[in-house]
Amino acid sequence: MDLFNLAIKSIFIDNMVFAYFLGMCSFLAVSKKVSTALGLGAAVIFVLTVTAPANWLLNEFILKEGALVWLGESFAEIDLSFLRFIMFIAIIAAMVQLVEMIVEKFAPALYGALGIFLPLIAVNCAILGGSLFMATRDYTLAEAGVYGFGSGVGFFLAIVALAAIREKLKYSNVPNGLKGLGITMLITGLMGIAFMSFMGIDL
Amino acid sequence: MSTETAQVTEVKKPAEALLSKRRKKLLSDPLVDDNPITIQVLGICSALAVTTQLQPTFVMALSVIFVMVFANLTISLLRNTIPSRVRIIVQLAVIASLVTLVNEVLKAFAYDMYKELSVFVGLIITNCIVMGRLEAYALGNKPYDSVLDGFGSALGYAWIILAVAFFRELWGSGSVFGVPVFDQISGLFGDDFSLATNGLMVSPVGAFIILGLIIWVQRTKTGYVEH
Repeated sequence: MDLFNLAIKSIFIDNMVFAYFLGMCSFLAVSKKVSTALGLGAAVIFVLTVTAPANWLLNEFILKEGALVWLGESFAEIDLSFLRFIMFIAIIAAMVQLVEMIVEKFAPALYGALGIFLPLIAVNCAILGGSLFMATRDYTLAEAGVYGFGSGVGFFLAIVALAAIREKLKYSNVPNGLKGLGITMLITGLMGIAFMSFMGIDL
Repeated sequence: MSTETAQVTEVKKPAEALLSKRRKKLLSDPLVDDNPITIQVLGICSALAVTTQLQPTFVMALSVIFVMVFANLTISLLRNTIPSRVRIIVQLAVIASLVTLVNEVLKAFAYDMYKELSVFVGLIITNCIVMGRLEAYALGNKPYDSVLDGFGSALGYAWIILAVAFFRELWGSGSVFGVPVFDQISGLFGDDFSLATNGLMVSPVGAFIILGLIIWVQRTKTGYVEH
């Protein structure tokens, strides 16, 4: 039940985009069409679900203070947590490469549709942010997996909703200076207000 | 032999002034006309979350300036030795090392700030401005120019997030750099007068709306239109 709560919390209440501004670059750049937004959202869900537990294992057994104790008593005092950033980003880059190869082999159509955005997931702040939040909040392995999945779904919902709004927006007359990024920021703000209504819900 | 060839090239190409017109452009362009946030739409991710107060924003801006200048310098020095197939991972490694350095320095000398910024210092790694400038500029240009380019882009980024933080702190908490401005103003007018703060500004929503408005003003001024 706790895991279910965590999933709901990470999808709606602590939404990656509206509560922490993570993944904004791809959120703004890839939200012009619903079809590409769907593809990117799905890829982010997958990568987050895989990298959060993978980085949890890395953090728990190699990086944390005293994590190397399984190698022998003399390693108990080693604290490698300052290597966290480099190791996490390396795991993420490797995972993204793997996903890219799998998608290219088994779903060439999706691979063509995603194009440049697939490798760019490696530098999506939502992925690294998910891993860093997971490490600072001391989740267990199961919680890390659920948190990764939930955060991915939250991002997916946000980007698909924004893409749908922007498709309709093509028909409205927006002032010149506000076209594109400006109006998108304002809309994101309004969507954020909607998501704020989930705040304070305790499951 | 070697001195001779060096002389010949010097005659052909007189050394460029330390701050020539072209180099000044490298610095000034990203401030307004080609601003990384408002025009290029890069690097919005990692910084907006820290803009509720001016002080952490200031630290964040300094960190980004440091990381960008030195990442650009390093990649520019290494540009002829990096095979293009592995350049992304090399860039990430360089940025991640610099960010780790910033993180450790903050932890040692400004622990409260380190606690407050928490994971957002780490997220400088995935700040698209840093990667973007490395890809677009440092990989193909000389070290000194790349440093100027990095510094200019980082300044363009810094003033936007400081502007967002100024309005959010003023309207959200009624203070500027922690100084309670609203209280002092209402003190001038007697007990019955008080200025209310807007709670929406402290929440993420405030950041989106303030940034949207700044973009509007800035783009109207420069005449940039997105299609």
